[in-house]
Amino acid sequence: MSVTVSRLTRRFGPVLALREVELGVRQGEFVALLGPSGSGKTTLLRILAGLDFADAGTVEIDGEDMSAVPARARNIGFVFQNYALFRHMTVFENVAFGLRVRPRATRPPGAEITRRVRRLLERMQIGELERRLPEQISGGQRQRVALARALATEPRLLLLDEPFGALDAEVRKGLRRWLRELHAELGLTSLFVTHDQEEALELADRVAVMQAGQVAQFDSPAALVAQPANAFVAGFLGHAARLPARLAGDALHFDPLPLPPLPRTALLRGVAVEGAVLAFIRAHEWDIAPAVAGEGNAVVRSCRPAGGHTHVELDLGGYVIEAEAAHGLLNYGQPCLLRPRAARVFPA
Amino acid sequence: MTPPTAEPGWARALLIGGAALLLGLFLLLPLAAVFTEALRRGWAPAWQALSDPDAVAAVRLTLLVAAIAVPVNTLGGLAAAWCIAKFRFSGRALLLALIDLPFSVSPVISGLVWVLLFGAHGWLGPWLQEHDIQIVFAVPGLVLATIFVTFPFIARTLIPLMQEQGRAAEEAAATLGASGWQTFRRVTLPEIRWALLSGVLLCNARAMGEFGAVSVVSGHIRGETNTMPLHVEILYNEYQFAGAFAVAALLALLALVTLGAKTLLERGGTPRSLAA
Amino acid sequence: MSIASPFRRRDALPGFGFSLGITLLWLSGIVLVPLLALLLRPLELGPLGFWHSVTEPRVLASLRLSFLGALAASAVNVPLGLLVAWVLVRYRFPGRRLLDGVVDLPFALPTAVAGLALTALYAPNGWLGAPLAALGVKVAYTPLGVALAMGFVGLPFVVRTVEPVLRDLPREAEEAASTLGATRVQTLWRVVLPALAPALLAGFAMASARAVGEYGSVIFIAGNMPMVSEIAPLLIVVRLEQFDYAGAAAVGLAMLALSFLLLLALNLANRLWRRA
Repeated sequence: MSVTVSRLTRRFGPVLALREVELGVRQGEFVALLGPSGSGKTTLLRILAGLDFADAGTVEIDGEDMSAVPARARNIGFVFQNYALFRHMTVFENVAFGLRVRPRATRPPGAEITRRVRRLLERMQIGELERRLPEQISGGQRQRVALARALATEPRLLLLDEPFGALDAEVRKGLRRWLRELHAELGLTSLFVTHDQEEALELADRVAVMQAGQVAQFDSPAALVAQPANAFVAGFLGHAARLPARLAGDALHFDPLPLPPLPRTALLRGVAVEGAVLAFIRAHEWDIAPAVAGEGNAVVRSCRPAGGHTHVELDLGGYVIEAEAAHGLLNYGQPCLLRPRAARVFPA
Repeated sequence: MTPPTAEPGWARALLIGGAALLLGLFLLLPLAAVFTEALRRGWAPAWQALSDPDAVAAVRLTLLVAAIAVPVNTLGGLAAAWCIAKFRFSGRALLLALIDLPFSVSPVISGLVWVLLFGAHGWLGPWLQEHDIQIVFAVPGLVLATIFVTFPFIARTLIPLMQEQGRAAEEAAATLGASGWQTFRRVTLPEIRWALLSGVLLCNARAMGEFGAVSVVSGHIRGETNTMPLHVEILYNEYQFAGAFAVAALLALLALVTLGAKTLLERGGTPRSLAA
Repeated sequence: MSIASPFRRRDALPGFGFSLGITLLWLSGIVLVPLLALLLRPLELGPLGFWHSVTEPRVLASLRLSFLGALAASAVNVPLGLLVAWVLVRYRFPGRRLLDGVVDLPFALPTAVAGLALTALYAPNGWLGAPLAALGVKVAYTPLGVALAMGFVGLPFVVRTVEPVLRDLPREAEEAASTLGATRVQTLWRVVLPALAPALLAGFAMASARAVGEYGSVIFIAGNMPMVSEIAPLLIVVRLEQFDYAGAAAVGLAMLALSFLLLLALNLANRLWRRA
């Protein structure tokens, strides 16, 4: 199923939650809506599902305008942030609900419903839970029930609102991989909302980065990291330090910060304009060396091991810089010499 | 050693004893007095008072009035709770305050307003007389006054609960293809059923026990417009104390049963106990 | 089609218009229109006539008794209710559940039954009335009896308003106070009581509002002597019996207006307290 959103606008009183949003999702894609809270991502998801309504603009699904179609006729699977399971129904009844409420003409017979629900629960690896109530199972299991319930009516578009938000890190990881496989296997088109960039970058085919009611950039994870479209995306993704700088001649100058200038050829994204800019430098883009007292430009504020390197936080003229260094190279309080190897610049 | 945020044992005992004494003397003793007075001369006179035709008529009328007032307020309460708890609209706070209004009005005023409307000298009195319709000093007046007095009970019980439950479950039902009626019947109603039952019980207890409002609109015609509480008053004023207390004891029993059922509902009405 | 009207927002949940319609119908038919009659009926007296009607000495005496009695009874109920709420929330002891149920008794007991029971208890020959009479305290058929009955119906309001607030009060605040060197009494006085003050005030307001209009529990024990122990609701009944509809409505309106002013003042006090 393809989804086309054009010029979608939604106001809540004086607040513009969505501002002429444009988004095109292709059949079979796994798309993440990523952004800070209040950026409009959940509102967009709810409008797609028919749970909220736009003030202007259109939503088309497979080329059909959805504005007159009520939520219950859209056959879109929706997984709610806190699952919204029916508390008084068993797991089995929760999953069977969408089939049981169909009009008599299209409702499968009881035995068929039982068969389909059981198969789905097995597929979700929660077959043994069918007689439990939602409050009697764990968070990860609830999440699977919510997913099974959404999939029972065989929707081809699946929407998930912060699907992993309420789970422990460990459970979260397992479910992510599993959801990805499920998406591919069932031939779904899926959109999920998240504020966790790692989740978005790891899971999605394409990520729509949202900012203040607009899609700032819609691209593959690789493209987002390599070529952020603006300062917001560059700052939001990849833990970059954000420093004021000035482009002049063939170099990027950081004064008054105690950093050496960076030649223009080291910039990862060319900006023609001269003058004040914002420079974004990621943790692995720093050269770092211990210095004797009085000679360095930064001081180590904390170190912690992170995989093959040590993650260091440094104080550079009042700015907190995150960088990667070899194990054992630096200690707390040590002066050192910090030098950027690369940077992305955007007009300030 | 007493923890720093607890009172020493003697103070604790003193406070518990004080509260028990207060509740016992002030609230429980009157209840005991009702039953003692009712059975002062044994069961026979009490039974006689209750099987008197006027008393039986009063019981029947009380049941009839409650049987009309409670369903009306159940429907109204459900409708009000649905729109107030599940939707945001301007005037919502005002609506909520207006629903509470009957709680802050004297029962006598709750009866008075109906007399002002439908009484012999009321706005519609002459018209009603012309068409030979009797509302005040007749059963319709009793029903109206009772509905007024018990108006907020059910809405008031449901609104906080339904607000807390939010609308996510209903929205989930909508995305799964359920119609409005299916959503209400299969999702909303089961989640509020214990609170609803509790509200209905309270509403019913008040409807059957209401005195001030029905006293104003009743006209006190024995065997015709006398509910049980009114019958208690009449017997008392005629110095038939045993009879008065016997009927009062019956009403007190109703109150006790209501309280017990409500406690059971509050304790047992969690989803876990519903697991079949 | 994609542009929704700003006046009529669409909603994924159905039934808003339907339920709001029923609610408004129910509310206006049962509550608003009848109360309108109460507001408009005294108009036929004219402003001067209205003033005379509500400033008759007998009316003034009854209003004074209803309001001062309610305020006094509720003022006594505040510490008593706090004691009961404290014991029920903070302590575990055998019989706690029974006490908890007893608190609701005045809610559930029909007012006429309560009135009868209190009268039997506090009459000069009653279980409590006899010893009190020996001490020279007359309760039944005096203003003291009126206040007592008002206290009876009001106590659960204070307890049930304070209880949830007390339950949600973080114990950490008290622990913090004790680590800062406060004695238990200082902690209660400076940390716990201020946190409970708004709830106590709210409970006081609700108990007063209920007591002002109370009828059934009061009239049996009051003795109903004009100028001495006659409450305002009874005066409404008296005027209705004389077919003085406008006069009855005038007293009702005066009661509502005074209640409203009282609640407004308490609300204001609450706000000032919170700001301070």
